[in-house]
Amino acid sequence: MKRVWMNGALNGVYALSVSMAMWFTPQAALAQATAASLAPEPAMAASSGLVVGREAPLMAEDPKLEARLVDISQELRCMVCQNESLASSHAELADDLRNEVRELIRSGKSDQEVKDFLVSRYGDFVLYRPEVKPLTWVLWFGPFLLLVVAAIFLGVYLRQRRVLAAPAAMTDDERERAKQLLKG
Amino acid sequence: MKKVLIPLVLFIGLVVFLAVGLKRDPREIPSPLIGKPAPHFTLFTLEPGDAKFSPIDMQGQVWMLNVWATWCVACREEHPVLVAFSEKNQVPIVGLSYKEIQPQDPAYKSPFDEKLQLARERSQVWLKRHGNPYMTTVMDLDGRVGINYGVYGVPETYVIDKAGVIRYKFVGAVTPALLAEKILPLIAELNKS
Repeated sequence: MKRVWMNGALNGVYALSVSMAMWFTPQAALAQATAASLAPEPAMAASSGLVVGREAPLMAEDPKLEARLVDISQELRCMVCQNESLASSHAELADDLRNEVRELIRSGKSDQEVKDFLVSRYGDFVLYRPEVKPLTWVLWFGPFLLLVVAAIFLGVYLRQRRVLAAPAAMTDDERERAKQLLKG
Repeated sequence: MKKVLIPLVLFIGLVVFLAVGLKRDPREIPSPLIGKPAPHFTLFTLEPGDAKFSPIDMQGQVWMLNVWATWCVACREEHPVLVAFSEKNQVPIVGLSYKEIQPQDPAYKSPFDEKLQLARERSQVWLKRHGNPYMTTVMDLDGRVGINYGVYGVPETYVIDKAGVIRYKFVGAVTPALLAEKILPLIAELNKS
């Protein structure tokens, strides 16, 4: 799914750059013919990539509903594969849950209500972006706290090093020796 | 000395964290349903006919709900444990046959009645062969009751108290140790109140 989308975006960027190039240099129009023959290749790669795995279930007739389904389910975790979103998972439970979400959307539920439905059954773990509440503070703010602590350590360390690395004044003896060495 | 000690302590701390993380089962996810009333359902039972079962039928008793299917490999491992446990008659166990007919099954798209009959037949054959620890089994053909109970891996086991509140949930095959150490003490405690 993502690959198709990426190819779509790449093709879009490609078309844009070609039309811009044509705007500035008419000669580029020639290049377009050669470049255009390359364009179908990624598209073909994408379609052959889709053949792998189970046959994709047919999209429902309602594209708006499907768009919302994808939107919501990208934010939800598939409980079986855990590191895949509900939108991309091929697990059977994911199919069932997508159908459940479809029905909830059809019955007029808001995105939040759909998410609440799943959270009440599977817990906060289904959300890739868990709610900010005392229980998830460590999760949300922990990394920033670590960053601050690390910055403090770095500051202290740098200050110490500056003291250590401060140029020590040379004694007269040393200066004399250095002079000798430079002469030699 | 201090210079060596600080990284060493940090390193050991990291190792401990990673070791604990490795040992933990990623499938063990705390269920939000614990402490909540068991979701309502009314489903056909395994026995032929129109008999139905609902959790309300169990009100006033502590009981166990065990999610299983004949296609589930871990259930086969768990089953003898449940059969031995049920022979002691300590707690009624209700089976929930979860999506007996899988999407890849040619019968998946058959009408409901045919699917129900096929699922009942298969389950009965399986229970005859492996023993039947259940007071009754309900047929969750489309898995929607499973979704309401937050089922994501079969087998799953729930302990439900007299008021119909879920007190415990376990994902995976129940072991004799789990029964003795966790489930039985909990049931004894729930039976007292």
